[in-house]
Amino acid sequence: MHPVVKLVAQRLALGMLLLLAASVLIFVGTQILPGDVAQSILGQSATPQSLANLRAELGLNEPAISRYFSWLFNALQGDLGKALSNGQDIATSMGSRLGNTLFLAISAAVVAVPLAILLGLIAVRYQGRWPDRVISTVTLATVSVPEFLLGYIAMFFLSVKFRVFPSLAAINDGMTFFEKLNSIALPVLVLVLVVLGHMMRMTRAAILNVMQSAYVETAELKGLRKFTIIARHALPNAIAPVVNVVMLNLAYLVVGVVVVEVVFVYPGMGQYLVDHVSKRDVPVVQACGLVFAAVYIGLNLVADVVSILANPRLRHPK
Amino acid sequence: MRIPISALIGLFFTGLYFSIAIFADFISPYGVAEIVGDAWEGPSATHWLGTDTIGRDMLSRMIYGGQTTIFVATMATLISFGLGSIFGFFAAVKGGWVDQILSRLVDLMMSIPTLISALVVLTVMPVTLPILIVVMGILDSTRVFRLSRAVAVDITVMDYVEAARLRGERQLWIIFREILPNALSPLVAEMGLRFIFAVLFISTLSFLGLGVQPPMADWGGIVKENKEGLSFGITAALYPAFAIATLAISVNLVADWVLNRTTSLKGGRG
Amino acid sequence: MKDDLAKLIDRIDAARMGRRGFIGGVAALGAATAMPRIAFAQSGTPKKGGHLKLGLGGGESSNSLDPALTLSQAPYNVMAHIGEPLVRVHPDNTLDMRVAEEVSASPDAKVWSFKIRQGITFHDGSPLTADDVLKTMQRHSDEKATSGALGIMKGIASMRAEGDLFEITLTDANADLPYLMADRHLLIQPGGGIDNPASGIMSGPYKIIVNEPGVRHTFERYAGYWDDSVGHFDTTEILIINDVTARTSALQSGQVDMANLIDPKIAALLGKAPGVTLQQTQGRGQNVFVMHVDTAPFDNVDLRLALKYAMDRQEMVDKVLRGYGSVGNDIPVNAAYPLFDDTIPQREFDLEKAAEHYKKSGHDGSPIILRTADTAFPGAVDAAALFQQSAQKAGIPLEIKREPNDGYWSEVWNKQPFCASYWGGRPTQDQMYATAYISSAEWNDTKFKNARFDELLMMARAELDQDKRKAQYREMADLVRDEGGLLLPMFNDFLDAHNDKVAGWVGNPNGDMMNDQAAIKCWQA
Repeated sequence: MHPVVKLVAQRLALGMLLLLAASVLIFVGTQILPGDVAQSILGQSATPQSLANLRAELGLNEPAISRYFSWLFNALQGDLGKALSNGQDIATSMGSRLGNTLFLAISAAVVAVPLAILLGLIAVRYQGRWPDRVISTVTLATVSVPEFLLGYIAMFFLSVKFRVFPSLAAINDGMTFFEKLNSIALPVLVLVLVVLGHMMRMTRAAILNVMQSAYVETAELKGLRKFTIIARHALPNAIAPVVNVVMLNLAYLVVGVVVVEVVFVYPGMGQYLVDHVSKRDVPVVQACGLVFAAVYIGLNLVADVVSILANPRLRHPK
Repeated sequence: MRIPISALIGLFFTGLYFSIAIFADFISPYGVAEIVGDAWEGPSATHWLGTDTIGRDMLSRMIYGGQTTIFVATMATLISFGLGSIFGFFAAVKGGWVDQILSRLVDLMMSIPTLISALVVLTVMPVTLPILIVVMGILDSTRVFRLSRAVAVDITVMDYVEAARLRGERQLWIIFREILPNALSPLVAEMGLRFIFAVLFISTLSFLGLGVQPPMADWGGIVKENKEGLSFGITAALYPAFAIATLAISVNLVADWVLNRTTSLKGGRG
Repeated sequence: MKDDLAKLIDRIDAARMGRRGFIGGVAALGAATAMPRIAFAQSGTPKKGGHLKLGLGGGESSNSLDPALTLSQAPYNVMAHIGEPLVRVHPDNTLDMRVAEEVSASPDAKVWSFKIRQGITFHDGSPLTADDVLKTMQRHSDEKATSGALGIMKGIASMRAEGDLFEITLTDANADLPYLMADRHLLIQPGGGIDNPASGIMSGPYKIIVNEPGVRHTFERYAGYWDDSVGHFDTTEILIINDVTARTSALQSGQVDMANLIDPKIAALLGKAPGVTLQQTQGRGQNVFVMHVDTAPFDNVDLRLALKYAMDRQEMVDKVLRGYGSVGNDIPVNAAYPLFDDTIPQREFDLEKAAEHYKKSGHDGSPIILRTADTAFPGAVDAAALFQQSAQKAGIPLEIKREPNDGYWSEVWNKQPFCASYWGGRPTQDQMYATAYISSAEWNDTKFKNARFDELLMMARAELDQDKRKAQYREMADLVRDEGGLLLPMFNDFLDAHNDKVAGWVGNPNGDMMNDQAAIKCWQA
């Protein structure tokens, strides 16, 4: 078997184990957090009696271990259960949230990743000259402004003042694809600005790191155009760190955009998870946790495989 | 040795911010918690940057906020880089099951949403500055680990590393003498940004009510305290944002300079 | 990680308050409740039609359509669309007869009977009967009930339905009972909602079409609704916008027509924006700090007085509420309550007295920890910072500790000896005091236990002479004010806003958004 295939198979199997471990950790975490779902549902209008009733109804009086295993047993059969707080089917409601999250993440990634790499290449091409400086400074400035502030600024100018794009990104199923794209214009803009700097700078640094290699010199002596050298010869050899940073940012786009979701009222996973963490709604937190863990483990795997494929010495180990 | 102008600018402002942070007690015109005026006063001779949402002097808040922010971010970045790069290199050099265990452990840590890990850890432990720094450092070190391992794995298969191994050099020697210098460029680039992410992370924690304790301030927190005024032309929230951005740019100008020096150290052509 | 508005506005929303309250005493009650429903003066004539968009804070993806479980703004407004209780409370604190057409009491106020309005249908077309009412009330008061209304359903000895009458027998007389029935949880459901509590099928003026908790809810006017003076828009839509800046921006850019929970910091600025009207309604919500009087060092009355004198209330109203509120006096009631004695002297900010009492308390000078969180009430961290500064001037070593929003109400409030908190109001002084100040109260968050106070409360409840009753309440107020553990710096106002497409706004002191009914009572301008 080809070593890379073997590695992927191995890692996928390990990934399953990791998911299991993640679900245990998340479960333990939710148990450590003070308060429980019954208390959150009833709030401060709870009386000891109604609390006890609700706990019994939701099965919270079972020991934690048996609750975990009954969850696990059902989850393995594909049944994620119902949310304790409102009885909605988790798979259905999370499914639509996940769809929205991926839609936003993919839209942002489609713009940001190629743009970041292109800007990185341009920065290397004109290293130390004004295009490099402008690109570096602007991307640094956008990455260092808190994302909600970027959101408010974009909202203030593009939607309150000039009404170009809507300030609410609340998409729903009744919208056409282009209506949806129009709705998410502002959050995509903000997310692109947030992730651009990181990926662009890593591309630039990693390429600079290999620019002094002998093969780059060879290429130069062959008389190739500078940009061709950077894109064709240097970039492939700088791919490992770039892919890792791209992966980190993709994971961020899926998992970490809760602030942007809140600001633009986008019905994604982040807000969904946060709401249920604060309600101590363990089955939902578990389900979301599994999805996020799978995203991370999957992206990490992709990054590792791409790094190996990009390096001939790793691709064909001695 | 000539220092380029951009690096000089970077060094100057980085130095300026750090010295303001260190000497905050002597520079600041008012106390960090002291209420000296009305809410959201505009800039004036007595309050150069105006006052904040409950009438504290904005300039003093900015100075003390800078102190907290820069201190916490610097320490957290150092911890995350120390931990992340050492373990990352170690995993890459050792390979095999050590690499597997460390890498999968990091996968696991990364896969727990930061919100949950931060909430759990910080509700169980008291929220003090040292704990805040350590928690941030550890959470962030997973990202550094991934990067440094990826870079180092590429290097470990290089001929010169193999040569060093055949020479019988010790593992530590290989890490510090062969891998570290060759992995420095991406790591330095990453460090400049990680510092900024640490600054932003503190403000996210404040958002959860887990950040620095009032009346202490941090820049992200000041942005948040004053953000409502933004859509009505009250600029109080923009000062800290501006401060973070300029600090980010100057720190990274320095990082770029270091980056250039490390890359030019390696090649034969200078 | 978000404004945890869900809990903060009204943690304990038993029957809601009204401005003048109704005149206590059983004798007066029959007269008050027999009055016909008053049409409240609204500017202009209602117009049918149109689509209304509301941007509301206080909604979560974990919200349910079960009325027993509503706890925050967005579900309150959803419920006001689709459901209806026996009675509601008008802005002037008279009863608004909804499902019940008439209410009457036995002379001793122990037996209450509600005449159920004929011709009401649920959204599935089935008629609403006294039996549905009975089953609904049973669900909320059942031994196994999980309803947020369980606390207020105590004291019911038995209930029965007969013909179009629904009758409640109490263990002890309670002249306030009809007001308890206005509770937000007690919406009438078919079959009491026992089989399917979250079906969303009720008897309100709107049917729910889309229910995506934490995202949006859409509604369509229910053609079979009985009252033509309610429900003017053809369709309405609630968008959950928890971020206050996003909410106001959406209003300014015309993406929503109404918004709730406006931040006092920007209320004045928003009011000046073109086409936007700010609606300020005086309510009875209280921003408070509570000390456990049974825990050191707060068991020392001088220390408590020192803290009370060291608080600059006016500054807090000016800076935290930006003037949208009024100064408090360390008692949980104000002039808006009936039988309130307004000659109770206002506690002034007095550093000398504070220092004097602090010295007298013999406190060892170790830090006094005040716990606070943004979720306690909007601006709670700022208010604590202001308090810390003024206390410092009196030499009191107050220290602020900010707690995570997450878990604040379950882990800090009512557990830690000194923390920030929020209280909604009650229709009567009796209820306010009974909820949190008598020795046996479950929510006695100051651990105030005073035999004389308890005795006075019981006496006042039975007292028919208004002057005597007023004097009794005065004595109780003095006890709480001088000996209790309540620091009440301010009462906050409700702040909502809408654009010029909306007409017919009449504020209701019982709750924000016209006590949740803005969408169903306003119309297209």
